[in-house]
Amino acid sequence: MGGIIGYGAYVPFHRLERSAIAEALGGRGSKGRRSVASYDEDTTTMGVEAARTVLGTEGGAVAGSGLHLDGLSFSTVVPAYTDKTNATAIHAALGLGDSVPVSDRTASVRSAVIALHEALDASSRRTLLTVASDIRTGLPGSSDEANGGDAAVALLTGPGGDGQPVLAEPIAMSSVTGEFLDRWRVPGALASRTWEERFGEHVYGPMVESAFSRAMEQAELKPGEVDHLVVTGAHRRVAERFARACGVRKEAVADGLYDTVGYCGAAHMGLLLAHVLDRAQPGDHVVAVSVADGADVVVLRVTGALPAYRSAQGRATVREQVASGQTGLGYSNFLAWRGLLERDPPRRPDPARPAAPPSLRSEPWKFALVGSRCTAPTGGTPTGGTPTGGTECGARHLPAQLVCMACRARGHMVPHPFADTPGVVSKLTIDHLAYSPNPPLVAAVVDFDGGGRYRFELTDVDPDTVAMGDRVSMTFRRLYTTTDGVHDYFWKARPTP
Amino acid sequence: MASKGIRDRVAIVGMGCTAFGENWDRGADDMVVDSVHTALDSAGIGIDDVDAFWFGTLQSGESGLSLSRPLKIDYRPVTRLENLCATGSEAFRNACYAVASGAYDVAVAVGVEKLKDSGYSGLVRTFPPADGTAAGISSPAVFSFVAPAYAAKYGLSEEEMKEVMTRIAWKNHHNGARNPLAQYQSEVSMETIAKSPRVAGMLGVFDCSGVSDGSAAAVIVRTEDADRYRSNPLYVKALALAAGPGTGPTDQSYDYTTFTEVVRSAEDAYRQAGVTDPRSELAMAEVHDCFTPTELVLMEDLGFAERGKAWSDVLAGTFDLDGELAVNPDGGLKSFGHPVGASGLRMLYECWLQLRHEAPADRQVAAVEAGCKLALTHNLGGGPGECVSFVGIVGSEPG
Repeated sequence: MGGIIGYGAYVPFHRLERSAIAEALGGRGSKGRRSVASYDEDTTTMGVEAARTVLGTEGGAVAGSGLHLDGLSFSTVVPAYTDKTNATAIHAALGLGDSVPVSDRTASVRSAVIALHEALDASSRRTLLTVASDIRTGLPGSSDEANGGDAAVALLTGPGGDGQPVLAEPIAMSSVTGEFLDRWRVPGALASRTWEERFGEHVYGPMVESAFSRAMEQAELKPGEVDHLVVTGAHRRVAERFARACGVRKEAVADGLYDTVGYCGAAHMGLLLAHVLDRAQPGDHVVAVSVADGADVVVLRVTGALPAYRSAQGRATVREQVASGQTGLGYSNFLAWRGLLERDPPRRPDPARPAAPPSLRSEPWKFALVGSRCTAPTGGTPTGGTPTGGTECGARHLPAQLVCMACRARGHMVPHPFADTPGVVSKLTIDHLAYSPNPPLVAAVVDFDGGGRYRFELTDVDPDTVAMGDRVSMTFRRLYTTTDGVHDYFWKARPTP
Repeated sequence: MASKGIRDRVAIVGMGCTAFGENWDRGADDMVVDSVHTALDSAGIGIDDVDAFWFGTLQSGESGLSLSRPLKIDYRPVTRLENLCATGSEAFRNACYAVASGAYDVAVAVGVEKLKDSGYSGLVRTFPPADGTAAGISSPAVFSFVAPAYAAKYGLSEEEMKEVMTRIAWKNHHNGARNPLAQYQSEVSMETIAKSPRVAGMLGVFDCSGVSDGSAAAVIVRTEDADRYRSNPLYVKALALAAGPGTGPTDQSYDYTTFTEVVRSAEDAYRQAGVTDPRSELAMAEVHDCFTPTELVLMEDLGFAERGKAWSDVLAGTFDLDGELAVNPDGGLKSFGHPVGASGLRMLYECWLQLRHEAPADRQVAAVEAGCKLALTHNLGGGPGECVSFVGIVGSEPG
């Protein structure tokens, strides 16, 4: 018997108040706010952030526990690339071994749901990391724009083992499939089109009831015994009506995060599941229902290992991430970030295309922020650098160097990871001249705890309040996209919450 | 000592410098023909008398052909070189060594840059294909790290630091207003400078050097031949260059208040020239004031001011045109403009005018009249913690 052995979610920093849309476009506007991926995020970078909360970089948690990863899948409706696999970038950022197979399962919300079902189904035999990430965009004034949200989630499933126990085990799964025109998008289009909402309600209603009752039968569970019910779907009314009518106790119906985050498409079911796992108790029954091109239901039973896992992780819960979002994003910024408002470019050349061969040579640096550490014996005459003492020179270099800056030794370098190492803003500048998709560019000299320094862009930061001495942590971002469509992925620093 | 120097072995017998600025009506070809022929005329020779050329440009041409084509040079050695913003000085340095070696009797060093054809703001550079991980931060932003670092280290408030920076820009505009070749030939009030729109960090537009087109050239011969060309040449006392390991941006011990490359190249140059107290022995200095905090730090790195004291010297007017040691009497990069490949030779051009009493009367430095016979040029390329630095010293008398 296997199940979920790790989970983590990522809700981006920015929030758009729905009232800001109405202020700009007129109309009544709806209440609440939605999460917004920043200008330097895409579904791949958010997927990395979610996966890092489960594994760390360098495959940390997996490697440390002696666990073998059998695969990684990545689901989204808006992949950063097509034809080229996006999961390889996540694989690289996590520093996973090259024998781990990866795949993209993209184009629709249901791809993500089925990817998770299949991972759970295989969990007694295979350890899989299932990442789902989405950025929801609609045309200005649309329901998708106001009610969508951006988020990513990663679920680690498998048989478990020493130090990596099963946290929740699947006890039933069921699906109903149908072909009908509810919502659609031509590949490459910015926004989806939808049929009349009442038609969707008409079709989905019976589907979700059928899938739910079969799953409950299979699990030998009565609706009244469900402790947490998660229902997700683009049709909020379908979800809420079903939740009211299905017999599950009202207090067991989980918050759908519609008012605080919005519907996050491919990531939404995982996000709500993570939200439930953040607070569920051993023995609890969790039912997750997805209403997208059919209906899919999974029933999970929480094991006794969950509370210990949560306290060992000690990271921000979904609730905390939702609460720590930065409100007040201007609607014009949101439109510009989504490519719906083209602003006058700076009088600077577009950034150069990252070249494939140097990017491959520096893959551990570019994708996983791995530098080097000098292991030459001490006793030389340091001429710089910050040796950490002990029996080796220890000077840390970003990126990796052949010759040590501190002791000048050659041939004593070993890889040293920095992505999970916090640092401090040592020097800071607001650069009004440099190219940035969201000027001004905020740049800092970051000094890592324990040694090592590099110049990074800062992100998720207020240029007016950021200051030298601020604590920062590293985040995987998309610096820019060239006119021929190459995404430049690298790391930035952001204030440590 | 690694550098032995060629003190007094070569002399400058002719120089030329174009007007710097937005030369919309002149290309790089036009400007090198102008500066080279002006230099040749001033030495009283023709282009056929030149045995070899050193041609410096960052990115306004490639190979010796970019010089030989416009000048129609007949099958002579032309070396094109580049050392970032120290390119002009590097052309001069290598031409001097070629003549000192005896390989050639007459050499020309020329630098040029045509920056204003790009259509972009600021300096635009091209780089080899890379992995896209270098922060896309601008030059002013890189140098802007210096200002708060210096202020914090020596206990200046942000307002005080800004006042010092403003004073430097004000001085250089004051000097440039007396220079008919300068890009900006008007004085600018301290208030205008201090309130100029921010470019990066504490740097406003007026804290940055002018993006400029221009060219400058020098004719170099062996000292024993100099009197064939003129009675008042300049003698090369020192040529020093230091390229650092470039570790500042990755080394936590680097504090952004000094340029070690400048300290080392200055020590070397002073040793070559026998200078022990530059502040009193030099008549003037042209330094690489790419941004106002750079000039401030250079005053200490070049030994013109004690560590942590340059700011008060700046405010006291020590480096003004009529101060104890005139720094950038021609207006510097700030006011004369900074056509990258030409700047090092432009600095030398001011020494050429000043030490030979040919500067316009309203900017002739008093120290020359008082008998000071040495002048210094300092030129750097790169940024804080990772640069190449050139220091040269010339004099109006041998020995």
